[in-house]
Amino acid sequence: MSYSCNLYELRCNECGKSFGNRPLSACDECLAPLEVQYDLEQIRGKFTRESVAAGPANIWRYKALLPIPEGYEPDLPVGFTPLVRARGLGKRIGASNLYVKNDSVCFPTLSFKDRVVSVALANAQAFGFTTVGCSSTGNLANSVAAQSARLGLKACILVPADLEAAKILNTQVYGAQLVRIDGNYDHVNRLCTQIADEYSWGFVNVNLRPYYAEGSKTVGYEIAEQLGWKLPDNVVCPMAGGSLIRKIKKAFGELIALGLVEPKKVRFFGAQATGCSPISTAVKQGWDYIEPQKPNTIARSLAIGNPADGPAAAKMIRETGGWAEDVSDVEIVAGIQELAETEGIFTETAGGVTTAVTARLYAHGRISPDETTVVCITGNGLKTTDALEGRFEEAVPVKPKLAAFDAYIKAFDGNLDALELELTGGAR
Amino acid sequence: MSIKVTLPTALARHTDGLKTFDSDAANLPGLLTEFDAKFPALSANVKDENGRLRKFINVYVNDEDIRFLGGDAHAFEDGDEVMLIPSIAGGHCGARRWLSYPYDESIMSGC
Repeated sequence: MSYSCNLYELRCNECGKSFGNRPLSACDECLAPLEVQYDLEQIRGKFTRESVAAGPANIWRYKALLPIPEGYEPDLPVGFTPLVRARGLGKRIGASNLYVKNDSVCFPTLSFKDRVVSVALANAQAFGFTTVGCSSTGNLANSVAAQSARLGLKACILVPADLEAAKILNTQVYGAQLVRIDGNYDHVNRLCTQIADEYSWGFVNVNLRPYYAEGSKTVGYEIAEQLGWKLPDNVVCPMAGGSLIRKIKKAFGELIALGLVEPKKVRFFGAQATGCSPISTAVKQGWDYIEPQKPNTIARSLAIGNPADGPAAAKMIRETGGWAEDVSDVEIVAGIQELAETEGIFTETAGGVTTAVTARLYAHGRISPDETTVVCITGNGLKTTDALEGRFEEAVPVKPKLAAFDAYIKAFDGNLDALELELTGGAR
Repeated sequence: MSIKVTLPTALARHTDGLKTFDSDAANLPGLLTEFDAKFPALSANVKDENGRLRKFINVYVNDEDIRFLGGDAHAFEDGDEVMLIPSIAGGHCGARRWLSYPYDESIMSGC
């Protein structure tokens, strides 16, 4: 259960031991996580702005820098999501050069997890797995279920039992076997490590994790290319396990090393919910370790109390001169509405976290207004509509007559006038 | 007093394949000391240069992360189940169970 490749291989982050390519996530010597390392010299000159531009309008345009087995022909057009100039949000929070990387419209299941899953499943097939699985807070479950259905792989997916109904439905509809676990994500994840130890299944975020995590780099490649092959000054990124933020940095580093962008020190900012903030706490305290937490937040897709890549993410953020913040559930909901009202982007709770943290970073002067800043929105609001329950009054039905509509609008405007009067204290 | 200790497959190579065994250690430091005597290879693998458990290993006592219980100071109780798991564990080439789906031994070659 391995394949040979002279372009990339697994290597231990700590002791440097090489492992070739196999379904393995931890070093047998020092037990540290493994990471895919590339021989960039082999790619130099072949991976250029022109070669990328000639590729398809999806993540496979960066295939040369992804751990995709030789001869594997990717099927689904994943990624290459819009990078939009966020003037409306920027105006509201005091940012003049703000962009949103909008993975809430990622294909096929509306979250950035589509990127990592497509890379993981390419490797699952190369290793000969016929059943794949994952532990998930929802988005990963949706993506593994959808993409494994397309590829004809069986899927067994484990989630915390209290997951949002939409995320459960969005997994079951693809025919995946969904197992609800009576516990939080950390319980589910621990169980999956035991299952991966016993069953010959390809768990995308356990034994396939090093390959899976590389898929996140495509967010970084796309940001650079969509900015006209330039790196931003800052990136604000939500943090659950702590992997995405590190991989965006890795992507920027590779582009610099290969000469596709000018070298630049980009600052990275992490966003968490206060109800599950082990990484932002580590950043604020200057710790090189993580103190695990028991999650209690509506941002369930970020509710990982014992994040695998947390220590490395915290260290990296501080090294880049960045920072991390965490926000309350009330601020998360406000963040969702703010992004929707200003940019027309409906994000899930994790995006509310990122938006609210971004606002705070500007308010606290950690990011200057004119710096180029990219905010990573990683999931779609249609999956977490329960977070907005009760936020909007149910509209009273109006009779289909013009007079009734006139009366309705007048009453509505009257209410607005009264509200404005109250807010301004009659100063108008 | 006796506790039951469970190791992942990745660590059982240091215990002649033994994945579960009983111990009378009173706490986590006591368990590591016991490893020194009973399983020196395991001890060398799971401890860092300062003799402490490597940061990449999580310890659970009856399904609870030991860090929520007080860490090294936590006193084991009779009948406790203590589990060691690398923080991103999983992934070896000798899976033993394959319940509902067919399993082709040949795909495991080369591991």
